[in-house]
Amino acid sequence: MKSLILQTATRYLFPLLVLYSVFLLVRGHHEPGGGFIGGLMAAAPIALCALAYDVDVARNLLPLRPIRLLALGLATAAGVSIGALFMGRPLLTGSWVELPMPGGGVLDLGTPLLFDLGIYLVVLGVVTQIIFSLATKSPLHWERDES
Amino acid sequence: MNLVTVLPIVIPLVTAIVSLFAWRSLRVQRWISLAGAAGLLGSAVALLVAVRAGGIQATQIGDWPAPYGITFVADHLTATMVLLAGIIGMAVVPYSCASVDREQEEAAYHPLLHVLLMGVCGAFLTGDLFNLYVWFEVMLISSFVLMGLGGRRPQLEGALKYVALNLIASFIFLVSVGLLYAAVGTLNMADLATRVPDLDRGIATSLAMSFLVAFGVKAAVFPLFFWLPASYHTQPAAVAAIFAGLLTKVGVYAMFRVFTLVFVLRDVGATQTLLLVLSMLTMVTGVLGAVAQNELRRLLSFHIISQIGYMVVALALFTPLSIAAGVFFVAHNTLAKSTLFLVSGVVERRRGTYDLDRLGGTYRESPWLALLFALPALALAGIPPLSGFVAKLEIVQAGLEADAYIAVATALAVSLLTLFSMSKIWNAVFWQPPPASEPPPRRPPAGERWLMECPTAVMAAFTVVVGLAAGPLFGWTQAAADELLGPFGPSGYVERVLGEQR
Repeated sequence: MKSLILQTATRYLFPLLVLYSVFLLVRGHHEPGGGFIGGLMAAAPIALCALAYDVDVARNLLPLRPIRLLALGLATAAGVSIGALFMGRPLLTGSWVELPMPGGGVLDLGTPLLFDLGIYLVVLGVVTQIIFSLATKSPLHWERDES
Repeated sequence: MNLVTVLPIVIPLVTAIVSLFAWRSLRVQRWISLAGAAGLLGSAVALLVAVRAGGIQATQIGDWPAPYGITFVADHLTATMVLLAGIIGMAVVPYSCASVDREQEEAAYHPLLHVLLMGVCGAFLTGDLFNLYVWFEVMLISSFVLMGLGGRRPQLEGALKYVALNLIASFIFLVSVGLLYAAVGTLNMADLATRVPDLDRGIATSLAMSFLVAFGVKAAVFPLFFWLPASYHTQPAAVAAIFAGLLTKVGVYAMFRVFTLVFVLRDVGATQTLLLVLSMLTMVTGVLGAVAQNELRRLLSFHIISQIGYMVVALALFTPLSIAAGVFFVAHNTLAKSTLFLVSGVVERRRGTYDLDRLGGTYRESPWLALLFALPALALAGIPPLSGFVAKLEIVQAGLEADAYIAVATALAVSLLTLFSMSKIWNAVFWQPPPASEPPPRRPPAGERWLMECPTAVMAAFTVVVGLAAGPLFGWTQAAADELLGPFGPSGYVERVLGEQR
């Protein structure tokens, strides 16, 4: 059931949803939001494409296979957490730098943002993996064959 | 900052991630997995050495000070449990390379195994009640997927029962954590230890009871154990060994921790009496259930329940001697039980079945394997000089000192029944001639034999070593009991955790 309305709407919604997911990710730095909810939001446009077009189109939208996204995200989050150990601090300790911005403001950037980015990738990977598995009915082979 | 307290979590995590990157090559995954297991064992030994030398170790995660952040704490009890996890991980990884179906092993078996080990170690190390819940979930999710890998019908059936009942337990746990937080305003266990004594007795008792239910399901205590025999017999032997050895023990560990540190058992009304009665019923129903079984793994699963009863009875007696005996029993049982499941897997590889009626003649065919079974089986029944003898002797002694004669009588009677049911396995699997209708046993290739039988043999040797070295080892579990229940109560733990902030 290909619907022209859904397909056209998807074309417009897709960039908005991706942008909103990034907004949620960055907002989580100091306010409610963050990697988990951002990742869920990022999976939504992929799911929408899988519904409006088909699973292969949605799959090609992802830069990496879901399982790779998952591994990459885990590695980012774990790397940030473990990095603190090498600096002689307890696990998961955040480090911050304050960048003066043109116009007088100060932007404080910290490793928690990187950690959140890892979570974002993990959630995106897991959710898209679940969607693709359900759509193609091969839950346990995790698309080994198609690689 | 204290590296040894976080390494047992960091190493399995890194192992899981790296083996995810090696997604395409099972060979590479196996080597990474083996290296990770060795690393975990090494870090567990380092943790134990640090605790033996310097007392309780603590680290504040993320550098947030104690009652607000999450603290990771390692005392003797924690270090012992982490070491057991390390030993079992080290035994199971090579064993599963030879015994788990290739299809299952390729479906992220090794990453999941290490996530499971991380969850187990995290549950042992954390000093925060909500964080304990999180580690329980990590374990539950990874064990659920491990159970379901391969997706065969009985497997999924077992896995569904397992996850449904454990989710209910998680829910009760989470609700209890929420109620406790509402009542006291903290979830750091050391902070709780200082505040719960001021709590209204009625509220404290009802909270203690709801934690008892939550941990009771995890530990498979009567009458909450039904998920265990329904699910443990559907998995590959390697997975069953790690589940049997470690997962229920995490529930027991949580009981030991919460009922000595947060709710001191003798202060929370009828909980102690209830626990004592439940533990006796657990011992009896477990062993009676086992006697009625005719499938090797189901029989062993019921024995897990029966043995959990001994650990809980030790906790319920609540004297320093009984706690030390309980910790010793947990160590002995983890090793012996995993070994039995490993042996059952080796038997199955040869004969293709776990059904007692279809097995037989293994002794004639492989006396070596029979010895590997006999050691942990006799240890489980409590025959000297094996590890179970000392463990049970100490529990009986603690029971006599506490005038708990019914509990002592139950423990002794259940021991006899355990021996009976172990001799039933011995007869059916090893002694009697195999039924004529059965095909001749398969001769496994040498590589497979090495991978499966060497870890099993090392594990079986542990039951002898633990039995022979019982003196020094018991001193070490007494140190654990002193930290939990010693003359100063849990004050050492509290000071170490809350003192860190300064």
